[in-house]
Amino acid sequence: LSNNATNIEAEIVELLAPRIPAGIHVSAQTQIVGGLGLDSVAILDFIMDVEDRFDISIPLDRVAEVQTIAELSRAIEALKRAAN
Amino acid sequence: MSLFSKFDDMRAIIESLVASGRNPFDMRFERILSATEALLEGRPCLLFGTNNYLGLTFDATCIDATVRAVHEGGTGTTGSRIANGTYCDHALLERRIAEFYGKRSAMIFTTGYQANLGLISTLAGREDHLLIDADSHASIYDACKLSAAQVIRFRHNDPEDLAHRLRRLKDRPGGRIIVTEGIFSMLGDSAPLREIAAVKREMGATLIVDEAHSLGTRGKNGRGVCEDTGIESDVDFVVGTFSKSLGAIGGFAVSDLPDFDLLRIVCRPYMFTASLPPAVVGSVTAALARISTDKSLSARVLSHSGRLYSALAQAGFELGPEPNPIVALKMPDKETAVRFWNRLIDRGIYANLALPPATPASLSLIRCSISAAHTEAQIDRAISIMVAVGRELRVLDPRPAQTPVHLTRSLPI
Repeated sequence: LSNNATNIEAEIVELLAPRIPAGIHVSAQTQIVGGLGLDSVAILDFIMDVEDRFDISIPLDRVAEVQTIAELSRAIEALKRAAN
Repeated sequence: MSLFSKFDDMRAIIESLVASGRNPFDMRFERILSATEALLEGRPCLLFGTNNYLGLTFDATCIDATVRAVHEGGTGTTGSRIANGTYCDHALLERRIAEFYGKRSAMIFTTGYQANLGLISTLAGREDHLLIDADSHASIYDACKLSAAQVIRFRHNDPEDLAHRLRRLKDRPGGRIIVTEGIFSMLGDSAPLREIAAVKREMGATLIVDEAHSLGTRGKNGRGVCEDTGIESDVDFVVGTFSKSLGAIGGFAVSDLPDFDLLRIVCRPYMFTASLPPAVVGSVTAALARISTDKSLSARVLSHSGRLYSALAQAGFELGPEPNPIVALKMPDKETAVRFWNRLIDRGIYANLALPPATPASLSLIRCSISAAHTEAQIDRAISIMVAVGRELRVLDPRPAQTPVHLTRSLPI
């Protein structure tokens, strides 16, 4: 993993911390649906936090394609590149 | 693994709800007695979960119009307007809706769900950007899924967040279409439309407002929160439903845009479904005439809503942010919400149980809708029962209040 990807994953985990139930460990391979203890609306609310942290727009169809934290991290990296 | 195994979680939820009392998704009324009462489990029950805001489902004029329409036009249209043709009464109802809103054109749909599905998915093309309030109704989300546009949520009722997300799109090509609602269906809160309209003007966006819960209940002429906030000229499309204040079923969209009628030949949820039957068109036309001339209905539903809201707030319930014809009681957790809902039914009150993920912010709610057809005695009876159940379940302080929460004349329902 590049430093950049590791940093993005760390930031995602930081953003998730106040939203997920206690006791859930998040790794790069954690499934976003089913692995975080969040319902579908809570996941979309978390995505808004991600958009604001990285100053990008993540359209809902793109959110639907992302299954793990690592995939979300890669999507963020790609969207940041596209925005600059 | 069966095709249905993906719904195992839902099956478990239903089984757990049934084990706690009743299945909230399969309530069966033996008989509807009036706009506000029904027979449930063999007993009379007060209806506080119907969205029958103006109580017109048993209005004599609307029923007469329905019966006349069936005799004159038959029981159904048996197809869509593009194939089977438009009945004169479809066109008349569209003219009446356009006149009611003071807009150039109106289109009617077979349900309110299809109105959102059709309008939003057709207007927003591949290059366009849909910006929807995070608490939008499922019909708006489904419209987004059907559309090829890029969909961005903005934080609920937050015009600054909307502006921020619009600015983030920078100079990307494509239109910007903002979608919000007049009154939101779960908490009954209304949108800050004046501020949202200002963002729309500043950013050169298009604005769609769904007034499903505010038609007939807000605004001097019953035209909803857009009228109430004085921004009707800023709104490009108003969407609404016939299934709430107008007491039937169906949906509509109105607009001043000259090309609006082009939608009739490109909007698939309009084109490929049967049109509204004469009975519904008849009753909706009569209901629209009634609310256009009788302002007492909206005054009455708002007065009842204020009465319920202030008494429940005074008793100590945590409620949605403002009194509207939807009053939502926030429960501490799902289990308490389920118990509360079951006990209300045990005592003869039917309200809606609303649980996550159908609710904003993972809230568990008892959602009440108020009707102009309720009597003050019925409102007071509901207050009295809700407060008693609230104390029993310790949602409220179990000690009785020093002063009565509200005048509670105990009348038979």
